[in-house]
Formats: sequence, structure tokens, C-alpha cells
Amino acid sequence: MGIINVENLKKTYGNVVAVNDISFKIEKGEIFGFLGPNGAGKTSTINMMTGLSRPTEGAITVADIDVVKQTKKAQAIMGIVPDESNLYNEMDGFSNLCFCAALYGMRKKEREGKAYQLLEQFRLNDTGGRPFKAYSKGMRRKLTIAAALIHSPQILFLDEPTTGIDVESAGQIRDLIVRLKAEGTTVFLTTHYIEEAERICDRIAFIAKGRIIATGTVRQLMESVSHGYAVRLVTDKCIGNLSVELQNRFKVSVITSQSDHSLVMQSEQRIPLFPVLKFLHDRKIEVHEARELHPSLEDVFVKLTGIESCLMKKDKEKGDKR
Amino acid sequence: MKSWIAFWNILRKDIKNYYLKPPNISWGIIFPLSWSLMQFIRSPGADMSELLPGLIAMSVLFGTTSMLAVTITFERSGKSFERLLLAPISLSLLVLAKIAGTILFGIFNAFVPIILASFFIDLHAINWQVLLFAILMIAITSALTGLLVAVSAEQVFEAQTLSNFFRFPMLFLCGLFIPISSLPVFLRPVSFCLPLTYGTDILKSTITGDNMLSPLLSFGILLIFAAILFFICRHIINRKWIL
Ligand SMILES: Nc1ncnc2c1ncn2[C@@H]1O[C@H](COP(=O)(O)OP(=O)(O)OP(=O)(O)O)[C@@H](O)[C@H]1O
Ligand SMILES: [Mg+2]
Repeated sequence: MGIINVENLKKTYGNVVAVNDISFKIEKGEIFGFLGPNGAGKTSTINMMTGLSRPTEGAITVADIDVVKQTKKAQAIMGIVPDESNLYNEMDGFSNLCFCAALYGMRKKEREGKAYQLLEQFRLNDTGGRPFKAYSKGMRRKLTIAAALIHSPQILFLDEPTTGIDVESAGQIRDLIVRLKAEGTTVFLTTHYIEEAERICDRIAFIAKGRIIATGTVRQLMESVSHGYAVRLVTDKCIGNLSVELQNRFKVSVITSQSDHSLVMQSEQRIPLFPVLKFLHDRKIEVHEARELHPSLEDVFVKLTGIESCLMKKDKEKGDKR
Repeated sequence: MKSWIAFWNILRKDIKNYYLKPPNISWGIIFPLSWSLMQFIRSPGADMSELLPGLIAMSVLFGTTSMLAVTITFERSGKSFERLLLAPISLSLLVLAKIAGTILFGIFNAFVPIILASFFIDLHAINWQVLLFAILMIAITSALTGLLVAVSAEQVFEAQTLSNFFRFPMLFLCGLFIPISSLPVFLRPVSFCLPLTYGTDILKSTITGDNMLSPLLSFGILLIFAAILFFICRHIINRKWIL
């Protein structure tokens, strides 16, 4: 039994099937990611797991507590970050955190101590006295996450934690999630950023149209799709004229590019590099770069779900070093 | 113990955040105040004690229902109500916490006409214990009626309009200013289905002595009303908001 067990979960709204018979298990201390496009059923699943909506069918247990029957008991050990910030606009950051702490029965001293600590941790201490409505989007998201952590929950749910905020804040939030995991917190998050899932999740479930298409570690997901092998070479001059010879000799298919003097060789078998390099060397061709290409998680996602990755609003986070 | 921390903080937050919202001031405070003043100034001294029960009942009714419409709908529209639903506090306690502030507001409001009246007439004959109890019960049942309206409405404006739809007729149906005995016969059964009728009757028993029912019976009926309304509200929140 994992810390979270979801079995045959189903949710329908009228005749819309939002979540269609999904099952998964999450181990303690794992970061588990739900990766899927808009309308896949991510929020619907989180809402059922946190007791905000009732499953049409199926069972959810969290730390051996039945979420449907003992919702309040289960909620006591959960921290929840919804997709939209839902703190109080009229109240400042500090009071918002203290109020959330009070909802979990924390005493005044404890509340204020933890609120200060979190404001500092999230680098929000300068703005702790400003009303929430005056916060920027990234600050709002951070404070909402802080509010979810105020009672040191065992399990943290995050619904698209980095959507719509800048690269730096997104990086900070990912760092924080990884740190929480190190402290033993179990994390369930949803995202439509493939890189984000790949970077921080221990295991990922691909979800589309209410169904889980595949679940596993990044490596397992990669291995589940057979993709052959590919090698990319960059040379000092164009070698398009050699491609037929290469094809016959190494039993590969070759794609060359005039523009950057590169070529890609593909094959069902692994392509040994040394003979290829020697072959080129013998023909006085200098090789600047040679490497085996690996499929990206994105390729796997596209292959498994049939969803074009552009639909996932891929975010280009160049220069973001997590 | 832990639940009480949550209860108290929800109550405190509501009072701090919503007490002074414009719709609350206009409908909850200014309206009863001006109505009371108008009535007192228009009528000469002797009639004043006859007006008082109705004015108290009206102030409580408008105070509680306005406050509730505001606290519930503001919180709902900002999605922060979900935060309360996600907290480990029972739905009953949540409902109690949400109405507690409005009940206090209603009781506070009741003293607007009482203080005004004390300048004109002698209030020594009043049994304050009975009066306070009556005010409390009116506040509780009005708050729950207001909650019923608020949980059925989506926006603040809608909630205020919807509650006016209920509370204005109640001014005339519950014996506040027109004795029930002078209402058309076919309307009288309606009067007896409204909790405010019983609360006003208790107020009359201690202020003027021209009550219809024994105060004890009225208290009992009000308690039953409160319990039924509480469970209906809880049920609606449970059904409608936890999708
Ligand atoms: N309250 C509701 N009433 C009716 N249909 C709903 C409701 N909530 C969600 N749905 C439908 O269920 C499906 C799944 O929605 P959900 O919000 O779970 O998707 P999501 O994966 O969170 O998408 P996004 O990435 O846009 O947040 C959608 O088709 C949506 O229209
Ligand atoms: Mg969503």
C-alpha cells in the first residue's frame, strides 16, 4: 500500500466524463506528476483526492484514511495549492498565513512563528504587510504555496504550480518542491509542462481525456516505446555525396543537412561509432561532433497519447538552471 | 479545542473583513436606523413603546441578513470559501462560524432602536433577560434564513436583492408594524410559518404585554425553526458546493 491509493476513480459532470476509471499508487516521499493537456481531468482528479468534490465511482485512500468517508481527517494531513490563488484579497500576506494556520487549529504563537518563517523562506517578508490583492501573480502563487505548507502537511497537492509565472519564480518553486521531498513530504502535482515533469517528478502519469495512458519513471516511460537508435555527426564539410555509401556500409538510413554540415544516421540496432569515424577519417573528413541521440520524454508523450506537444503549451525556459 | 481556534478565527476574520462593506452599511445599519428615527419622530410619545418591538425585530432581521449575504457571497466569489471547505473542520462548525458573526451583528443592531427609544420613553418595565433571549433567537433564525438565501445566490448583488424579496414582506407579515389580527384571513397562516412572528411576539410580551402566544411556547417554536433551518442549510452546502 502506498501513502496514496486511487482505485478505479471516475467523475462525470452530467454527460461529460471528466475522469474515466483511473488507478494509481503513490509511495511516501515521492514526487508524482500528472502530465496532460487542458481539459484532461487533472483538476477534477485533485479535487476528488482532496475532498472538494465527490467521486462518481471509485476509492481514494490517503495514509490509510478513506478520503470519501473521512474527508476531514484526511484533509488534516494535506496541504493544497489550487490552480487559482484563493487567499483573502482584503488581508495582508501575514494575516492570510495566520488565518490558514488557525483553520488547522494552530495556536497563536505557533501560527505567527510559522508565518514569519514561511514569509522569509519565500522571500516575501518585505511584502508581508501588503494586502493580497496588491501582490503580483508570482507572489500570489508563492504565498498560496506557503499557506498550504503552514501546518507542515505530510502530503502536498499542487495544481499547475508554475503555470503563468516567470522563469525565476518557477525555478524557485521547483527547488522548493524538491527540497520538500528531501524532508519526506509526498508531492502530487499536475502540470502541462513536459520538461517540468521530467525534471522534478520521480514518476509521471500521462493523462489525456480523463484516462491514464501510461505511468512510470522517466526511464520506464522511455523504454516503453521502441524507438531504435540514432547518431548525429557534425563535420567540416558537406558529406551528402557519401550518404549512399554510409547507408550500404553501416545498414542505416541517413539524413543530411547542407546548412550545418551535419548528418543523422538511424537504425534498429545500436550504431558503433568508431567504424563510422574511421570511415570518415579515411576520406579526409574531420568530425567535430558525434553523439548518440536519445528520444525526449516529449517524443514518448506524443507517441503514447497521440497529442501534439505544441498543444501542451510547451514553455521555453532557456537559461533556467534549476 | 482545535476546532474552536478555527471557529473563532473565521468569526474574527468575517467581522474584520466584511462588517464595513458598503451593502452591509446601507442595508444593515443605515436602513434600520433611518426607519427607526422616522417612526419615532412621526409618532407622539405614547405610541413609542408599541413601535419598539417591531423596530427591534426589523433591525435584527436586516442586520443579520445583510451581513450574511455579504460574508458568504464575497467569500464565494473570491474562491476562498473553498479554503474553508478544504480545512479539517466539520461542515456544521463551519456553518456555525459563518453565522456567529452575523448573529452578533444582529444583536448589536437591536440596540439601535432601543437606545433611540430610551431618550423618549421609560424602559424600566422591560424584562431584559426575556428581551435579550428574544433578540438572540430572532438573530439566530434570521441569520439562518439569510444563509438559506445566500447559499442559493451566486453574487453579492443577487443575494441582497433576493433577501429583500423575503425580508420586506416579512416586515408586514410578522406583526412588526401591523398586528397579525388585522391581516387578511388568508395571509395569517403564512405569518405563522415565519419565525420572525414568534420572535416579535416575545418582544411584545415584555415591552407592551399584548402578545398572542405564551413566550415559552414561542421560544420552543423558534428553537425548532433554528434546528430545521440549520440542517437545511448544511444539507444545501453539502450538496451544492461539494460537487
Ligand atoms: N464543474 C464542472 N462541470 C462540468 N464540467 C466540468 C466541471 N469541471 C470540469 N469539467 C469538465 O471536465 C473535464 C476535465 O476538466 P479539468 O478541469 O479536470 O481539466 P484539467 O486537466 O485540470 O485542465 P486544465 O489544464 O485546463 O486545468 C473538462 O472537459 C471540463 O470541461
Ligand atoms: Mg486544471
